[in-house]
Amino acid sequence: MNDTDFIAAAPQDTRLLAQRIRCQALRMVTRAKASHIGSALSITDIMAVLYGGALRVSATTPDHPDRDRFILSKGHACVAVYAALAETGFIDRTLLDSYGTDGSMLMAHISHKVPGSEFSTGALGHGLPFGTGKALAAKRRGMGWRTVVLTSDGEWGEGSNWEAALFAAHHGLDNLLCILDYNKLQSLRSVDETLRLEPLHSKFAAFGWAVREVDGHDHDALAQAMTGAAWDPGKPMMLIAHTTKGKGVSFMENKVEWHYRNPTPQLLEAALAEIEGEGREAQVHA
Amino acid sequence: MRNAFIDELVTLAQAHDHIALIVGDLGYNVIEPFADRFPDRFVNAGVAEQNMTGLAAGMASEGYHVFTYSIANFPTFRCAEQIRNDVDHHRLPVTVVAVGGGVSYGALGYSHHAVQDYALMRSMPNMVIAAPGDPMETRACLRWLVANPGPSYLRLGKAGEPQFHDAVPDVAPGRWVSVRDGGQADVMLSTGGALGAAIGRADGRAVWSLPLWGMAAKPLQPDQIARHGSVTTLEDHLADGGFGSWLTEAVAGTPAAACIRPIALSAEICDMVAGQSTLNRVGGLTL
Repeated sequence: MNDTDFIAAAPQDTRLLAQRIRCQALRMVTRAKASHIGSALSITDIMAVLYGGALRVSATTPDHPDRDRFILSKGHACVAVYAALAETGFIDRTLLDSYGTDGSMLMAHISHKVPGSEFSTGALGHGLPFGTGKALAAKRRGMGWRTVVLTSDGEWGEGSNWEAALFAAHHGLDNLLCILDYNKLQSLRSVDETLRLEPLHSKFAAFGWAVREVDGHDHDALAQAMTGAAWDPGKPMMLIAHTTKGKGVSFMENKVEWHYRNPTPQLLEAALAEIEGEGREAQVHA
Repeated sequence: MRNAFIDELVTLAQAHDHIALIVGDLGYNVIEPFADRFPDRFVNAGVAEQNMTGLAAGMASEGYHVFTYSIANFPTFRCAEQIRNDVDHHRLPVTVVAVGGGVSYGALGYSHHAVQDYALMRSMPNMVIAAPGDPMETRACLRWLVANPGPSYLRLGKAGEPQFHDAVPDVAPGRWVSVRDGGQADVMLSTGGALGAAIGRADGRAVWSLPLWGMAAKPLQPDQIARHGSVTTLEDHLADGGFGSWLTEAVAGTPAAACIRPIALSAEICDMVAGQSTLNRVGGLTL
């Protein structure tokens, strides 16, 4: 345990951070011939806003007891988290080169062995019950830190999530934020065609959660929704983030195939050129 | 055994403020002494065992030693993946407590019998199995588990089990505990609720109990077996994946493997409705 006062990292330019995370994620997946790039690009803006200042975490004291806890429940999108941890100083950027290779700590589903990573997932429906336990522990001990769990949409087919949703509301865990990456595509077809979640907003409201909906690629809206000021006292907070699978790479957006495919070197170059082009535009407009 | 468990847990919780108990809406007339005394460390998770186990792992990751409590299959098979991924893989101090080991819920039926639980738990690399044979071993196991926090499984009988030890014995994973003196050439070795059956069938042979075991305790077995001509194992569990096969695996490839004579429940009891003593007799555990 670290007894020093917690000092959160200084806020970053989240748009620039998102651009870097996108590029790193694409490079990692291409190099490792791994998959799930669509799922990683879908949450890149969320990761940038979280690690760019919304989460109270610090690379210099990654295990500080007063830090916020972040849990990636959709473990297959781990390249977005590894890239965020590298771009904010938790791990060395060169470590990303080892992703998915023999003996690397960066396995292709998020691992708790990576500095700054709280919990290993890969099987779906585990992050929210675990995060609920952390939030309950904080409540019972009067701790001020928050727990943030990022789930996918398809993962809400798991009964364990609904058990946790009941529990968190029943116990008034208003120190728990669940972000739902609502990109509306699962591994074979759309969510609507697979196991419909709608009406999602009113479902969570009926479960006793505070519910907000945002454009999951709008950094200002995300940042505003993630601050505790927007939450309801006595209720856990569900942030439904409407996202696009494969966001930022035109030929990957909304394409089911990019759940499993890995880019060829040529497609990687095309994707990087597109993202870096957009990045330059963003800087000009800023 | 249930009452020794809660009594010892309350005693330990007085000394250790990180001990918490989560129940899956079970434990009426058992868990009240803990719940009433430590309300801030007690949770009824409701009929939702998967969340109960994930929740326990989350709390354990923040410094608690969490005991999850329910009957037989519910805190075990129902949430096998949570135990495997959240608890065992992360090496978190969660003790999964199953009340009603073996067929101690008798006529309640197959859903309430724990006869494959060893098979599940012993396949987890970091899991310590605590299967006490009487109330004294229950207290001994609990003390050891609290002093050595990690992933663990505590398998209890129900209530009213006979006491075979005069005092709380010393226990450690893999170490056989002497229960009855006798001839040492051929010995009886039981775990969990089969201790009574072992004493009943001893016929002058020495009886040992092994209340703490698991994957990591295998290396200690060859030396202990080598002191005897034969070891008859007894368990209120099916033979496949159980205690006898664990011991056999522990000495596989050595001459000692031929010395093990396993006695376990036969699978025909899975389709029967009967009381505990009848099921144990028909299943071949008792004579």
